[in-house]
Amino acid sequence: MKAVGIIFSNIHDNNVPELARLRTLGSIPFGGRYRLIDFPLSNMVNSGIDTVGIITKSNYQSLMDHVGSGKDWDLARKDGGVIILPPYGNVESSNLYESRLEALKGVINFLFRADEEFVVMTDCDTVCRINFNEVIEHHIRNHADITLIYKRLNDNEYYNKNTTFLNIKNKRIIGVKYQNQEIGEKYQNVFTNMFVLKKSLLQNIVMDSISHNKRHFMSDIIASNLDSLKVIGYEHKGFFAGITSLKAYYDSNMKMLDTKNREEVFGDRSVFTKILDSAPTKYGSSAIVKNSMIADGCTIEGEVENSIIFRNVKVARGAKIKNSIIMQNTVLGENSTLNCIITDKNVVIKDRKILSGSKNHPFYISKGIMI
Amino acid sequence: MIRKKKCIAMLLAGGQGSRLYSLTTNIAKPAVSFGGKYRIIDFPLSNCVNSGIDTVGVLTQYQPLILNTYIGNGQPWDLDREFGGVHTLPPYQGKNSSDWYKGTANAIYQNLRFIKQYDPDYVLILSGDHIYKMNYSRMLNYHILNKADCTIAAINVPIEEASRFGVLNTKEDGSIYEFEEKPKKPKSTLASMGIYIFSTKKLEKYLKEDSKNPKSSNDFGKDVLPKMLSCGEKMMAYVFDGYWKDVGTIESLYEANMDLLGDSPKFDVTDSAWKIQSRSPLAPPHYIGKVAKTFNSIIMSGCEIYGEVENSIISSNVIIKKGAVIKNSIIMGDVIINEDAVVDYSIIDECANIGKNVKIGENKESDKGITLIGRNLVIKDNCIIEGGKIVDKDMQGGTL
Repeated sequence: MKAVGIIFSNIHDNNVPELARLRTLGSIPFGGRYRLIDFPLSNMVNSGIDTVGIITKSNYQSLMDHVGSGKDWDLARKDGGVIILPPYGNVESSNLYESRLEALKGVINFLFRADEEFVVMTDCDTVCRINFNEVIEHHIRNHADITLIYKRLNDNEYYNKNTTFLNIKNKRIIGVKYQNQEIGEKYQNVFTNMFVLKKSLLQNIVMDSISHNKRHFMSDIIASNLDSLKVIGYEHKGFFAGITSLKAYYDSNMKMLDTKNREEVFGDRSVFTKILDSAPTKYGSSAIVKNSMIADGCTIEGEVENSIIFRNVKVARGAKIKNSIIMQNTVLGENSTLNCIITDKNVVIKDRKILSGSKNHPFYISKGIMI
Repeated sequence: MIRKKKCIAMLLAGGQGSRLYSLTTNIAKPAVSFGGKYRIIDFPLSNCVNSGIDTVGVLTQYQPLILNTYIGNGQPWDLDREFGGVHTLPPYQGKNSSDWYKGTANAIYQNLRFIKQYDPDYVLILSGDHIYKMNYSRMLNYHILNKADCTIAAINVPIEEASRFGVLNTKEDGSIYEFEEKPKKPKSTLASMGIYIFSTKKLEKYLKEDSKNPKSSNDFGKDVLPKMLSCGEKMMAYVFDGYWKDVGTIESLYEANMDLLGDSPKFDVTDSAWKIQSRSPLAPPHYIGKVAKTFNSIIMSGCEIYGEVENSIISSNVIIKKGAVIKNSIIMGDVIINEDAVVDYSIIDECANIGKNVKIGENKESDKGITLIGRNLVIKDNCIIEGGKIVDKDMQGGTL
């Protein structure tokens, strides 16, 4: 049951336009030392998938910098490994793709070259741990054509206008609602944007859509063929965070402060990421730290509470950081006070500055700004 | 392209390190953990890479498994090279003879063929048990400038400590006229750091002569260097004035770790201009709990801290549960310290499991010395281990 992986790194950039302005959704930092793409990529590696194509569209420099040769995921291979698939244009049309299906048209040769039987496709808008082998087994057992991985909708779930809702009866998907439709009580399942199908079927779908000018995978292929294709659901029951907005991004990070969630996501120590040679984090004699996640390379001399601190951050004496997400290389000056703030990389907060957002509207400070 | 290197390094990593007691029962001294993240060998290896030396032979002999696994293909130090890179060199069987490495000089002698592959003009000899940051290229320039046959790195030590070292007596121009091994009345305060640069031809000549001398103990410090001096070769002392510590004993290993702490530490590993590279553990950022305390300490990724940590070094993936108190101690990787345990002035080696309410060690003022808990040990609930004890087997209960 060999499978090839395809990761769409750009598709939901509009979910968090602030953070994705300078990068792909896949390269948004998460959880103190990771990027969102680390989760789907690690899930694939841990499921034995060793050929992964990453589809990009724009602003993918930071993504390429992060993934590199793939060696940190053990994906620097002679045969297969990780392959970055930039958008494909030609002289007649220099337009970039607009949809998942169009993106797949651009990488059809990658599919033809792969000799694996199945394809696992995921986006970069979710944080979860999932074993794709179990999904493929479920797919085979149920003689499915396409398997969609879903999550039961509950009060804590985040969704936005692009979320797809599924009506499922006896494992089989009988209705799809997408974008801003009224969902009603039957559509209580949220599509996670992860799916499994045979490579041969995907090739046919893509070739057919080229000749018939179909554009949308969900509406033109799945929703309109629910009778002719056997589309089934696979429920993901573990921790799941959908990054559908800045608020969802903030809350999902904060969920990592819960020991149970941390255990579920990182317990087996197998989420891979790019290795930086940071020194260990050092706590000074005036440091007071409560309920926080702190990455390597930091110097902490002030107070930190309910916060996520990325690598190589400096918190000076007297600084008070609460309910905040502080990304890599941020410098927090003496006696500065931050509450509900997200600082992007390389931000400098000067001495005695006071900044505050709220838990519902965390205040975002963009990359490299000095305040 | 000429397949040749200007200078290659040979790192002596085969010693047992018996004065580190149970820390080196199963691993070679250069593989002992240091500073929360590192192993001792990271320092010479990083120094090599940062000094532009990209070919390193690591001579292993005693318990090499963990050291070999750690070095791997050298990728963490950027030493996975097509021509050059890091190579582990264990003793091997020959057609007519096969030998263990009998001394430091003999170990290099047995690997002269490895050196010749790279046709280097100079060979740098390093030890695997020193903590320091040093630019070897400056020492090499000094060696070349002085047209020396051998240059020995030396550090000034207090006169009362000089009798513990090999002392170099030099003329004004830095050339050495006399060696004294652990002299009772030292004439100089320049102690040899065990770091040598040889011009390759001279090294080869003297190693071959040394191997034919049945009376020789095949040691650089005792045999080869004095022989070279007596034959009138030009030998220079290169004075190094940075931080340097031989971590061959429990006390010096402890001190070197503690030198990383404080607001202006004696030894700084955070300098981005001289990065110390190491194999990084695959672990999430560490978590500090709601009632935890962290005071003047170093904490690595993957830790979960619910208790108190003070003046201590905590390596990766350590769990310190609620009510536990760690003071003035070094906790190595994957250790679990259960509820209400108290640890003071101790070193706890990798993967040990300390039970609830256990008491380990006594504060430094008690003068009983450092307490040491060996690798993989299980210390059951309520045990008491007094100051200065060295524990090398599991404890079911009671007092030691």
